[in-house]
Amino acid sequence: MSDHSSSQPVRDSAAATADAPAVFEARGLTKIYHVGDVDVHALRGVDVNLYEGEFVVLLGPSGSGKSTLLNILGGLDVPTAGHVRYFGHDLTKDDDRALTQFRREHVGFVFQFYNLIPSLTAMENIALVTEISTDPMRPAEALEMVDLSDRKDHFPSQLSGGEQQRVAIARAIAKRPKVLLCDEPTGALDVKTGIVVLEAIERANRELGTTTAVITHNAIIAEMADRVLMLSGGLISDVRHNTRRIPACDLVW
Amino acid sequence: MSALNRKMLRDLLHMKGQALAICLVMACGIAIFVMALSMVDSLQRTLDTYYDHHRFAEVFAHLKRAPNSLARRIAEIPGVSQMQTRIVQQVTLDVPGMAEPAEGRLISLPDQHVGALNALYLRRGRFIEPGSGREVVVSESFADAHRLGPGDSVTAVLNGRRQELRIVGVVLSPEYIYQIRPGDLLPDTRRFGVFWIAYDELAAAFDMQGAFNDVSLSLMSDASEPQVLRHLDELTEAYGGLGSYVRDDQLSHKFVTNEITQMRVTAVVVPTIFLAVAAFLLNVVISRLINTQREQIAVLKGIGYPRREIGWHYMKLILAIMLIAVALGTTVGAWMGSVLTEFYTQFYQFPVFEYGLDAWIVVMALVVSTASAVAGTLGAVWRAMRLPPAQAMRPQAPEVYRPTILERGGLQRFLSPAMRMIVRYLERRPVKSLLSCAGIALATSILVLGNYMEDAIDYVMDFEFQRVKRYDLSVSLVESASSAAMSQIRHLPGVMHCEPFRALSVRLRSAHRARRVGIMGLDSHGELYRVIDMNEDVIPLPRRGLVLSRKLGELLAVGPGDTVTVEVLQETRPVREVPVSGLVEDFSGMSAYMDIRAVNRLMREGDRVTGAFISADPDRMDLLYRELKDLPQVAGVTVKAAALESFRNTIAQNMLLMKTVNVIFAVIIAFGVVYNNARISLSERSRELATLRVIGFTRVEISMIQLGELAVLTLISIPAGLLLGYGWAALTTSAFDTELFRIPLVVDRSTYAFAATVVMIAALFSGLIVRRMLDRLDLVAVLKTNE
Ligand SMILES: Nc1ncnc2c1ncn2[C@@H]1O[C@H](COP(=O)(O)OP(=O)(O)O)[C@@H](O)[C@H]1O
Ligand SMILES: [Mg+2]
Repeated sequence: MSDHSSSQPVRDSAAATADAPAVFEARGLTKIYHVGDVDVHALRGVDVNLYEGEFVVLLGPSGSGKSTLLNILGGLDVPTAGHVRYFGHDLTKDDDRALTQFRREHVGFVFQFYNLIPSLTAMENIALVTEISTDPMRPAEALEMVDLSDRKDHFPSQLSGGEQQRVAIARAIAKRPKVLLCDEPTGALDVKTGIVVLEAIERANRELGTTTAVITHNAIIAEMADRVLMLSGGLISDVRHNTRRIPACDLVW
Repeated sequence: MSALNRKMLRDLLHMKGQALAICLVMACGIAIFVMALSMVDSLQRTLDTYYDHHRFAEVFAHLKRAPNSLARRIAEIPGVSQMQTRIVQQVTLDVPGMAEPAEGRLISLPDQHVGALNALYLRRGRFIEPGSGREVVVSESFADAHRLGPGDSVTAVLNGRRQELRIVGVVLSPEYIYQIRPGDLLPDTRRFGVFWIAYDELAAAFDMQGAFNDVSLSLMSDASEPQVLRHLDELTEAYGGLGSYVRDDQLSHKFVTNEITQMRVTAVVVPTIFLAVAAFLLNVVISRLINTQREQIAVLKGIGYPRREIGWHYMKLILAIMLIAVALGTTVGAWMGSVLTEFYTQFYQFPVFEYGLDAWIVVMALVVSTASAVAGTLGAVWRAMRLPPAQAMRPQAPEVYRPTILERGGLQRFLSPAMRMIVRYLERRPVKSLLSCAGIALATSILVLGNYMEDAIDYVMDFEFQRVKRYDLSVSLVESASSAAMSQIRHLPGVMHCEPFRALSVRLRSAHRARRVGIMGLDSHGELYRVIDMNEDVIPLPRRGLVLSRKLGELLAVGPGDTVTVEVLQETRPVREVPVSGLVEDFSGMSAYMDIRAVNRLMREGDRVTGAFISADPDRMDLLYRELKDLPQVAGVTVKAAALESFRNTIAQNMLLMKTVNVIFAVIIAFGVVYNNARISLSERSRELATLRVIGFTRVEISMIQLGELAVLTLISIPAGLLLGYGWAALTTSAFDTELFRIPLVVDRSTYAFAATVVMIAALFSGLIVRRMLDRLDLVAVLKTNE
């Protein structure tokens, strides 16, 4: 699968951001998929920490294991080997029920293809989350945060891609999650729309203090981050600290 | 309402066509279930109450004549709780407004009939008063058929004398809920009536003072039926006893319970078929729904909805469809029940027949349909619950296709690309395609079954009334008579041809098996009543030996070459060993045929007859009837044409009803299966078809692919369905193989044609709907969806 096996794993030094406590601590994360007779090593022993309030971008070529890593952190998938601790709690020991509870209380997901429920309006898609959370925003409030108050009764099919993605972000942040995990949120969008979506994510990170991880192929988006993790061949090949975060609206590409 | 429930409702609305189709199939099953069970329940309850309140007897016996002193000894049989002795006489009736004679059964009523067994229910008028002359009360069905009531009279020939019977009341009896003349297939209310008359009157008319010829008993709860029967037979033997029997063998009771049993079978078999089809359709539709919603399910899981909530979400959708079906089915079932009740009151006479739908039946319907719906969808819902969310987010890999068996066999040359798409698609989902075929085949077979009943009854009617019985009239005499009586009949006006018969009440015995039947002694070269097989080949009646109904042979476990013991229950009551020379397939009752001379030899008597078959001059019928009504020796006259007509009238009406219901049900199944199948494959292939459209295929061309699949499925299924229908017919034939009646396994070609046509029309109709949907296929939208 990968010919990057020679590249040395880069240990993410906790010291760099030592002032904030770690939300996630992942150690030795390995994920192997069995496809027919072939074993696909999606992750080959990843060590990584995410810190409270930080904005992390995961960069890497297609197939490098970005989605796999994010899904495991968010409790949507389980690793073949290794551990993930969330505020010290070992997620890898959790069963499906506990992982569901973890996602329900702490994680907001945003996906490349928005994944709204087509039979529910924007508002109802958000209600889907707020109805089962302990301390959610009002759905209208969440829509407000993504600037879509006037579209609350529209069905996904009546919204543009960018608008759908903003509804998806509103849905993800409405529960006031501890972490917001976005898998290529702008992958299907044009530049201008992409920036509007990124602004919404940025705002959630800033105003709610949500620890945010965003996957992208687009190196320019990395400018927004506190920290950039580079993945290749199922390993973190590089870590970069931005001394200055560039706001989404100032990105150019 | 929660957002998730809202999604459920919108999903339901989105698939309303398919949901409706499933609902209808399910509702059919539930309707039959509710109808049959409520009918069984109502009938059984009505029957029990009636029997209980009117003290319907448990043991019956007829004899020739016994002094009343015997009654005391019968009452002393251990286990007997109550006893009733009566006189029962067969008479001919002259009813105003009817040319041909009717047959009447006169039954004596004791002066003190309150509290007696077989109590009558007074519908109109009053009971007879002691010593008031020839007052009678008459059975309601006969009274209604002739518009008779209190104050009217009929003329009866009592022991050779014409007598007026004055009707004072109209009654019902638990003995005659199904008022049928022995040997008939259906009640003929115009030509058979039962009358109750004071004992003294009847005794005087038939010289039976101080005597009786009929006994009914009720038993104590700990009594042994076989022992009572044995005792009773011993006591009555010297008095011409015809053999005692229990309630289960009482004619009216047998018909009613037979009906209840059939309803019970219906309540199980038919709903099973419909609910199985509905479960299959639900499975297909829900599996598809869950497949298309993979990503939605993944998102719900991602958001934090637990498995059971996702499972419950889909279950609610299924249960909603089911609840609508149950509501619809129960309503229709209750309605069908009340229609059927109406219909039953034509055949079964109850004082009150109250149709009721008990709550437990609705609960049962709910339980049964929930079970089938859940069974059909549990797998799909379980898959939704178990769906790994991370994986579900990834775009699905293209489905794996491969060349089909047909193509691998080197036949691809003959298949167009469109045809290849169809065949590959069908072959890739073998189970689904197979089940779809099974569904269409099932619909076809139900249609075959529905029409088969009609074919069979047509056949029986033709066989019985045209091929076997070729006479116009059958006349039975009060007692066996010499051949002089024959020549008297032969010389009646209008008689063109006349053949004698001698009927004999016997008990046939083979080892421990025994049956009470009548032996019919026929002229072996006769033309008016022929013993024939289904190929219309005459079965010869030998000089010695019996030809038995096939069913009777089975019950006695004898065949040609075996010997049975014939215990004659009349006159000198000889007991003889007689060989069985053959078995014959016949359809009503159980018969034993013998050459009339053999019967007479068996009785060690000369030329004796008990009746005659007559072919008569149609122009002189009325004259003949008039003469027959006055002949003292004549106990009864059966007019074939009249019997045939009444049979036809009742049956035709019922057949039409049954056929309509059958067609509706079969069309619902056919349509449900074909339509759902077409919808699913359309949804699975809309991308593919849209792509074809984009690259330049025309609407007609892509319709060919979609409709071609439907056509292939339908064409494969129809022959299978016809075969299956024949199988159902065979099953029905063996299910109806009873002592009372049987039906032959004959399926007309037109039945097959009808079934195939109806299914093809249903398929065509679904095809048109699919065609319309294809025309509206939104190319851009379809290609945009990421599935
Ligand atoms: N469910 C799966 N089954 C098989 N292989 C998978 C599955 N999910 C991911 N992979 C493989 O694992 C590797 C990493 O995938 P992914 O994490 O989706 O990469 P990225 O998001 O960086 O493009 C890829 O080679 C991919 O094909
Ligand atoms: Mg990815």
